[in-house]
Amino acid sequence: MTGTIFVIQLLNSLFYAAVLFLIAAGLSLIYGVMRIVNLAHGTLYALGAYVSAWVVGSIMGHAASGGSWALLASLLLLPAGAIAVAVVGAVMEPTLLRPLYRRPEEYHLLVTFGLLMILEDAIKLMFGGTPLSAGSIMDLMGSIPVGRLIYPAYNLFVIAIGLAAALGLWWFIYRTKFGVILRATAQDRRMAAALGLNVGRVYVQAFAIGCFMAGLGGAVVVPAQAAVLGMGVEALILAFVVVVIGGLGSLEGALVGALIVSLVRTAGIQFFPEIELAVLYLIAAAVLLVRPTGLFGRA
Amino acid sequence: MTTAAIVVGAATGPSASRLTVVALVILVVLAVLPYVIDPYQTVLLTYGLVMAIAALGFNLLLGYTGLLSFGHSAYFGTGAYTVAFIMRDLGVQSMELCILGGLLGTFVVSALFGFVCVRHTRIFFGILTLALSQVLWSLAFKFFWVTGGTDGIRVAYAKLTLFGGMINFAGPGSFQRFVFAYYYYVLALFALATLIMWIIVHSPFGKALQAIRDNETRASFIGISVRRYRWIAFVVSGVFTGLAGVLWVPLNGLTTPDILYWPFSGEIVFMSVLGGFRTFTGPIVGAIVFNYLKTYAVASTEYWQLLLGAVLVILVMLLPAGIVGTVARLAGKLSLAGKLIGWGK
Amino acid sequence: MSLLETVNLKKYFGETRAVDDVTLTIAEGEFVSLVGPNGAGKTSLCNVVSAYLRPDSGQVIFKGADVTRASVTERVKAGIARSFQLVNLFDDLTAFDNVALAIFSRQGKTRNMVALAHLDRAVTAEVDSVLAQFGLASKRSVLARGMAQGERKLLDVALAYALKPTLLFLDEPTSGVSTRDKGQIMDTIASVVRREGITAVVVEHDMDVVFKYSDRIVVMHQGAILAQGTPDAIRTNEQVATILLGASDAFARKD
Repeated sequence: MTGTIFVIQLLNSLFYAAVLFLIAAGLSLIYGVMRIVNLAHGTLYALGAYVSAWVVGSIMGHAASGGSWALLASLLLLPAGAIAVAVVGAVMEPTLLRPLYRRPEEYHLLVTFGLLMILEDAIKLMFGGTPLSAGSIMDLMGSIPVGRLIYPAYNLFVIAIGLAAALGLWWFIYRTKFGVILRATAQDRRMAAALGLNVGRVYVQAFAIGCFMAGLGGAVVVPAQAAVLGMGVEALILAFVVVVIGGLGSLEGALVGALIVSLVRTAGIQFFPEIELAVLYLIAAAVLLVRPTGLFGRA
Repeated sequence: MTTAAIVVGAATGPSASRLTVVALVILVVLAVLPYVIDPYQTVLLTYGLVMAIAALGFNLLLGYTGLLSFGHSAYFGTGAYTVAFIMRDLGVQSMELCILGGLLGTFVVSALFGFVCVRHTRIFFGILTLALSQVLWSLAFKFFWVTGGTDGIRVAYAKLTLFGGMINFAGPGSFQRFVFAYYYYVLALFALATLIMWIIVHSPFGKALQAIRDNETRASFIGISVRRYRWIAFVVSGVFTGLAGVLWVPLNGLTTPDILYWPFSGEIVFMSVLGGFRTFTGPIVGAIVFNYLKTYAVASTEYWQLLLGAVLVILVMLLPAGIVGTVARLAGKLSLAGKLIGWGK
Repeated sequence: MSLLETVNLKKYFGETRAVDDVTLTIAEGEFVSLVGPNGAGKTSLCNVVSAYLRPDSGQVIFKGADVTRASVTERVKAGIARSFQLVNLFDDLTAFDNVALAIFSRQGKTRNMVALAHLDRAVTAEVDSVLAQFGLASKRSVLARGMAQGERKLLDVALAYALKPTLLFLDEPTSGVSTRDKGQIMDTIASVVRREGITAVVVEHDMDVVFKYSDRIVVMHQGAILAQGTPDAIRTNEQVATILLGASDAFARKD
């Protein structure tokens, strides 16, 4: 493999890692604060992708015309999916999840599994079976040369977003007042309530943010990769692998896990395509055996 | 204990006479049904009974040991694919040999997976079972030259023989004969599986599992090796579900990676919750009901998944005890109806 | 011969010395009370001896054998059983099933998955006997979660007792129970234990109970043994009296 192709594969990994990070960070955040694993999280990612593609496609059309203005407008419209998903999350938590907090853990897994089924079909209902894409954005952004080949600038843009999101989340959780509240509630819910924090409000906000991340993942992926049915279920499994390796509830874990999974996947597709998926799942199983809390996780 | 002693014991234990009567009545009804319903309905019911065996096995882990597995598709699929392999590659035609092979294959897989999974509980256990079942799915998916990939492997009922070759399905009218004979074959195995599971959950071992479910700390403090018992329960559970996979594949005629994909595990969970996972009969009822529910949902709307998902959400929020659990509660603990439905708990 | 010996047992939680170099001997047949203010290390000592916690250093020797590395189940099989301060029962099983489980486990029958539990007449008889001894016969078919607190505490002890242990650790068997029931519970436990010749170590706060039943009292303070001796010796120990505030009444009373 030549140097140029190596660089391109590396960039592809980073692109993929950025998307995975967004999804996994959302999953981890929700678990870290609320001890909830949302099985519909992947489907929310899919919803974000579909909504974004639809919004951009409806308003801007699908042709890559209009130059910089069109690009700017499209980019501003892109997060529509993330916002929509955040709203869904904000409605979901108080109505469907809060009543189950007193019940054994298994119940919220069951309810979110039911939600997964509902949302998968809701996507099909709203957007039909054909793939939706916002490829116009990718075309408008053009390509940059890498060695003797060219590479989509949009992918680099996404890598930048992933990085910005990681830094932004880190700053948000560790440097803002709300972040302190989040961490306090995560550590000890009763104590936080005793100190006067509105735990209910913290929960719905944390959940909405986590869902927003998933939706954002969908929003940024859809210019590069069309939204298709079933993408959510596939993404959930990969997100699980990421958080298992990185540690449920850990931000650094989500980042490192996303990088590892992405690199293994890219290398796998290149060198051992048949067992690429199997290898990933086996790594997850191995990590769970050897270090159950993941690389960076706490119990 | 000899079999006779067990049967006598089952027939003379608490509310045993009621139990035996109800069970026999149901069995008689089930035995008579193919004479009054059309072949399509018979096939449907056969599917229901097969899934009931799967759910019965699954619930040993959930209802009795307190472990929620999201990866039981692995054992169902192992059973199905093992049959497909030995029929295609070894030319086996005897259903009995297929069952043996399927049970062996499932035993190995569930022993291996179980060993890995029972080191954890709750959410991590669930994720681990899911990840491992996905390993199998991806193997079935990718190694298409062995497994047929998404096209799967065909299993022709015409090649099958029951009872060591006594019954075969060659020649004209074979499909009708197959539907009829296979129904009774499955029914007999269903009755046997139910009896065996009933004995297991009422045995000292079954009580030990419930102890582990209720309080694993105390269980170890009365001398029960929690991890080992969980592992054994896992294997038994997997083998039952594997048997269901074995019985399913001749009926379906085809096995594809879909039955290894984790949403199928979710369906098994759904069935048990629908029926009531804290009761013995709940998963059986839930599986049969779910089977009809899904069949009619799929037939009536393209968005059947939405329908079923809504049912599950409503179930969990409002009727967590499931069908059997709720009926038992409504009928009250003192009434006969309540005792009948709650039997075997 | 001593039944149990702890040798220089230490369990620290960071700065906190829960068990600080404890060397203690329990002789066969003794009824020992373990007392001390909250945080003295009584429950921690219990936890280490029963293998709930691993010690940082030191040894636990039972019947002459070093069991320091033995697991919970191994110690149970060797003959050490314990009850819990915060009741630890199989809540969704009946009182009958709770006790039956302990007996099945003791007899190694829990591996048996082809026999019906309720058909084992010998076990059924023994369960009924145990329930009767603890005054729980009428609660036979009641789920553990549906019993009153005092009954649950008795069931907790009955579970440990049904293991027919050589050494029984009871962690605050009367805590959380009304004063009226305390005496009754302790009477039941003490008479059962004495009759069967079981060596008992009881963690207790109620000094009335302690003085009434103990052969020997061990006073712990800040993880270490402050004093130990017969009830009379402890009663006249001024240092102990100072540590155990509020015990002056008991000290003043005549036996």
